[in-house]
Amino acid sequence: MTDSSDRSAQVHNSIKSDKKWQKTYTICGAAIIALTIIIGIFLVYRGSESFTKGGHTLAEFLFSSEWQPLDSPGTFGGKIGSGIYIWGTIITCALGLLITLPFAIGAAIFLTEISPKLGKSLFRPAVEIYVGIPSVVYGWVGMTVLVPWIRDTFHATKGGYSVLAAAIVLAVMIFPTITTVSADAINSVSNDYREAAYGLGSTKWQCIHKVVIPAARSGIFVGVILGLARALGEALAVSMVIGNMRAFPADILSPTISLTTTIASDMGNTSNNGEYNLALWSMALLLFIISMLLIFLIHHISKKGAENA
Amino acid sequence: MTAFDENKELHKRAFFQARRTNEIMTGILYGIGYFVLIFLIIMTGYIIINGFRDFYPELLTASDDGILNQLWNTIYLVFWSLLISVPLGIGAGVYLAEYAKPGKFLDFLQISIQALSSLPSIIIGLFGYLVFILMTGMRWNLMAGALVVSIMALPLITTETDQAIRSLPRGYSEGSLALGATHAQTIRKVLIPAAMPQILTGVIMAAGRGFGEAAALLYTAGQSTNISWTNWNLTSSRCPLNPFRPGETLALHIWSMRTIGTVNPHSTEIASFCSAILVIMTFVFSLITRRISDNLVKKNTGGK
Repeated sequence: MTDSSDRSAQVHNSIKSDKKWQKTYTICGAAIIALTIIIGIFLVYRGSESFTKGGHTLAEFLFSSEWQPLDSPGTFGGKIGSGIYIWGTIITCALGLLITLPFAIGAAIFLTEISPKLGKSLFRPAVEIYVGIPSVVYGWVGMTVLVPWIRDTFHATKGGYSVLAAAIVLAVMIFPTITTVSADAINSVSNDYREAAYGLGSTKWQCIHKVVIPAARSGIFVGVILGLARALGEALAVSMVIGNMRAFPADILSPTISLTTTIASDMGNTSNNGEYNLALWSMALLLFIISMLLIFLIHHISKKGAENA
Repeated sequence: MTAFDENKELHKRAFFQARRTNEIMTGILYGIGYFVLIFLIIMTGYIIINGFRDFYPELLTASDDGILNQLWNTIYLVFWSLLISVPLGIGAGVYLAEYAKPGKFLDFLQISIQALSSLPSIIIGLFGYLVFILMTGMRWNLMAGALVVSIMALPLITTETDQAIRSLPRGYSEGSLALGATHAQTIRKVLIPAAMPQILTGVIMAAGRGFGEAAALLYTAGQSTNISWTNWNLTSSRCPLNPFRPGETLALHIWSMRTIGTVNPHSTEIASFCSAILVIMTFVFSLITRRISDNLVKKNTGGK
């Protein structure tokens, strides 16, 4: 009798512990959601104070380029038009993406369709390593090699610190991300597609261009967005080469400034809760919102892709 | 010429044209492929050679001209961040692989993981600055940096754990359940040990991210360090083991060498050397993870 009641107690305990563990795992998952939401709430709370406390309008912040914020706690009345910063971010990211796209997608096609053997043994691992190289290292190389090169080659006015330098650094930085994700997408296109295309007598290029790329389109798109997200948020590497001059760039050889570089360089030097400081938090909020939009877009595309597959 | 001949001529021309385009495009793609490969190799070679070219012995000391303190801070910071993120990340990964059911909660969780891994690091750093520095009233400290890095490490560990458990053969859990083990016992005693190599890959990737992170640490771990290697009083702000002291890391050292560090005549050499070390570290981390996953493939395909 005692034996069986012992055993039933044991089973009971096991079931109880089983439930406890399930709860623990669920809490871990919930913690990640909570963390993301808390990050969002804090940024929204802090970033919106320019508008709620400072009385600035969203239109002023986004479209004006008059930047004269006051820098003492609790006093408002300056101007926080961030047009220059926003434009700086847009132009460097767009140019960087433009430079990197042909190389990134070309390389992705090369290592999956043209030379898969070399791609798998050498190319792929090489590119993957570059995803992990810290961005400050890219910034440092940009500053010590690229900037002097631009200065000497194009006789740039402000010593080579320029939109072009920032764009090239970003291009090199996001290249591995776009290439690996695109290569994955191309790899996952079913071989039936290729066989059917060849069976109809198409050349390799026709097969790639008319069949494989369209089939891998959404995956490649996800890669491009991931790259764009990384470029948008890069602070230090860009800051090292962009010149940090508060002016619209006249051409791609002129220095300018961007959202992230301003946040990185000014956040510590402005008085807490001042108009200047709060404007920087609003910029952070803007970056957060744009990144979240991109993330929702990626989630949407990959979910749709999973449903179609 | 008859209509038939004309048609044939057209087809022939289209055929040759397609073949020409094919040749040209293949050539261009070869060009891009090799250009990129050579570019990457030259860039890395340059970073490493440039870092060691101006090597002087003081670089390896704990003085202002050396990087030993920064190296220690980096390792110590990554250690703390893993201590926080590994249990939480594995827990969440297990939840995803074993308990999650399709629905709103899972959707939210997936978006959150994506968000934590692709939000700009400076944004996560600012969050850390707000919560761990401004709200606690502490000055720059290594622990705040470790907490921020652990936020960024979480998605890597979670995703790898999830995939690792999912890719195990069904027999593992079926066998364990059939022997009367509960679900939780199965997870702890069978699934997690079996999935360990790939989970480890995620942990190493997370460590790598911590090593290279700079923007997020700018306003958390701080841009200075002042360690005394003879001071072992844990409450002292100069004790190497005290996590509540400013702790500038290697990657951040590169940044500060061009801002506040330019007074140091060796700043260029120091930054180049740090870059070389970081690139070599990236290689080492990547080689280890590759090794692990190669062994896994071997194991799963029966040693082929």
